[in-house]
Amino acid sequence: MARGQASSTSKRKKNDTGVIGGNTDPMTKDTLLKFYRDMLLIRRFEERAGQLYGMGLIGGFCHLYIGQEAIAVGVQSIKEAGDQVITGYRDHGHMLACGMDPREVMAELTGRFTGSSKGKGGSMHMFSTEADFYGGHGIVGGQVSLGTGLALANHYKGNKKVAFTYFGDGAANQGQVYESFNMATIWKLPVVYVIENNQYAMGTSIERSSSETHLYKRGASFRIPGEEVDGMDVIAVQEAARRAAAHARSGEGPYILEMKTYRYRGHSMSDPAKYRTREEVDEVRKTRDPIDHLQELLEKKGWADEAALKAIDAEVKRIVADAAEFARTSPEPDPSELYTDVYLEAAQ
Amino acid sequence: MTDVLMPALSPTMEEGTLAKWHVKVGDTVRSGDVIAEIETDKATMEVEAVDEGVVEEILVPEGSEEVKVNTPIARLSGEGAGAAPQSQPTAAPAPPEGEHLDAEPPVIAESRSSPSGGGGPRSGGGGQPPHTSEEKSQPLRDPELPDGVKLVKTTLRDALRDAMAEEMRADENVFLMGEEVAQYQGAYKVSRGLLEEFGDRRVIDTPITEYGFAGLGVGAAMAGLKPIIEFMTFNFAMQAIDHIINSAAKTLYMSGGQIKCSVVFRGPNGAAARVGAQHSQDYSAWYAQVPGLKVVAPYDAADAKGLLKAAIRDPNPVVFLEHEMLYGVEFDVPADIDWVVPIGKAKVRREGTDVTITAHSRAVGLALEAAEKLAGLGIEAEVIDLRTLRPLDHETIVESVKKTNRLVTVEEGWGPMGVGAEVIARVLEHAFDYLDAPPGRVHQEDVPMPYAANLEALSLPSVDKIVKAVRAVTYK
Repeated sequence: MARGQASSTSKRKKNDTGVIGGNTDPMTKDTLLKFYRDMLLIRRFEERAGQLYGMGLIGGFCHLYIGQEAIAVGVQSIKEAGDQVITGYRDHGHMLACGMDPREVMAELTGRFTGSSKGKGGSMHMFSTEADFYGGHGIVGGQVSLGTGLALANHYKGNKKVAFTYFGDGAANQGQVYESFNMATIWKLPVVYVIENNQYAMGTSIERSSSETHLYKRGASFRIPGEEVDGMDVIAVQEAARRAAAHARSGEGPYILEMKTYRYRGHSMSDPAKYRTREEVDEVRKTRDPIDHLQELLEKKGWADEAALKAIDAEVKRIVADAAEFARTSPEPDPSELYTDVYLEAAQ
Repeated sequence: MTDVLMPALSPTMEEGTLAKWHVKVGDTVRSGDVIAEIETDKATMEVEAVDEGVVEEILVPEGSEEVKVNTPIARLSGEGAGAAPQSQPTAAPAPPEGEHLDAEPPVIAESRSSPSGGGGPRSGGGGQPPHTSEEKSQPLRDPELPDGVKLVKTTLRDALRDAMAEEMRADENVFLMGEEVAQYQGAYKVSRGLLEEFGDRRVIDTPITEYGFAGLGVGAAMAGLKPIIEFMTFNFAMQAIDHIINSAAKTLYMSGGQIKCSVVFRGPNGAAARVGAQHSQDYSAWYAQVPGLKVVAPYDAADAKGLLKAAIRDPNPVVFLEHEMLYGVEFDVPADIDWVVPIGKAKVRREGTDVTITAHSRAVGLALEAAEKLAGLGIEAEVIDLRTLRPLDHETIVESVKKTNRLVTVEEGWGPMGVGAEVIARVLEHAFDYLDAPPGRVHQEDVPMPYAANLEALSLPSVDKIVKAVRAVTYK
């Protein structure tokens, strides 16, 4: 996954190896096909999660990432081993983009022992130390302080790792976000704040909830540079993430990326989304869909004929069907698991 | 062939109205296409297709009411059909008519009945005992004092400082963070000298932002460091209690044992003097209720040092409750040895035969004083210093009550749902037949802390209140 450090200036260039622009890292056919595959995996996974929810196999709250796939995929494409990822409760996409096994994620959604938290966390509380994924947090904004703390640990250890800390436009109004911004700057912590502005904090639009709706400016009082990014364009997301990570990794401190995006589904499965029109959603799906957009690009470049894309579709479909079957048939945790993982045994 | 099932739109939905079909027989649908609208008593929602194919049959016409969740409503054929095991009708038998009380769709019922298969990626409980941490097989003991060990008069303040310094020397991952802990040397001078020895990388002054720095500390702990988070007082930790409980206490469990959070939250707790309601609250019971936390509240300097060292070494989050009124008090502390007192063990501070008095933190001093007064009245009180509130060492209490047959609890916090209430409940569970009188409770009066000197004194536990409570339970 790790690629070379970004040059600070983004020069467009084109050569016969298939570079379509970007930084020192060429945007190759393989990269774009991988983006396509990864985004499609998240979308199909989420659609299937919605279906399993409808069947009563997934309980409680379930927040789908459909529409926002380009962000997790683009940002995490430049993640180096040991860089951490942390987010809120709309977390399935980030986990898949961290490389976690779709089976393990889906089985956690259904509350099975084979899930990433043995079925004890659920949709909103998932983790994988192996994949550097630190949750999966259910309290709006909580992950911003925690992610800044991961960056504090990186700074303390001097390990040159970056903490990618995601939050939404809703969390952007939480007080602890600004407490964290402040400390991140005074201690120059290596954290990239990725604000996924999908324009609705549950049912409240950003215009109704926020005095400054350009969230990339929210770091200005804390001297944190910020930029607005088209979060529906995976290539733009990757380029911005590379700039931000380079800034943080070099010891310059935090960086804010405001990803303009949109969620197609309700806030959670039980949200009928009456606060916006069907036309608004359709318009975004028709004109800005991140997967369609990439597909057109691939076709335009002649890098993917219909058969190639069909093969990817089939592979993704198979993975998701397998994950769903695994999640449906895996056993629930043994009753003896009730009292495990409450405390770690202290060394004598 | 794939069946499209009537979906549940919320955790509690059992049935709904199929308001409208957006597709008809013969239409081709793709994943994400809106195919129908469903109405419940709360909302109307659109149903999107997951599987692709051609609509072969509409099984439930639009306008149908009381369509049970998981009933097949349409049938798709074509590409992709058969790749969707979740849609097999056999997995979703319709619930019998009239069974509206059963909130669980039958699919869940079927899958929930599956016994433990054991074949998961992490079989067993990771070597941890399937019991609560309070059921320890090996008795906890304070370390033996070696012959000729030097006991040095030390204030509680310095004992705490020494504990932190020793653990910071021993473990590079331990650091201290909080308001005024570094350059100012601590608001109560507990961290005096630490900045000079360890530098500003490991002794970190924070802005006045409890919520934020508690969250940073917990995040750093998740990444493997061992932070000591100082709250200037626990009153201010109210701003941070979300991270103490939601982030620190619960994450090990929510992550299935993956995310460790070795962090100490420490600072003065309870009433100081004349600082009024917002600066004088005892949070013992608040934290002691939370699984995933350990809660320690020492009385003397030797315990403060030994328990703080244990807390720093503990792999779990520990809430360490100190008392401002004790910071300047001197006690004997063993010197020149690695003095670590185990978390989870109460201490009998005075032996007696007539009544058991339990207390923690500063109230231990009041209880000991009361015991001396009571001795003058011919009542021999056994005083138990709880030291750790979670896990609570009820064995020591129960053993004592079996001997004395009477119990008085003392705490600075409010009585209702308090530490004393829990101690009494445990004694009732384990030694009901040994009690010769209803237990008594001494605690802060059920009011916010008053400012006026006389009212403040009236509000707090006192030696006289303890003596009175003991006389009531001993009928003397």
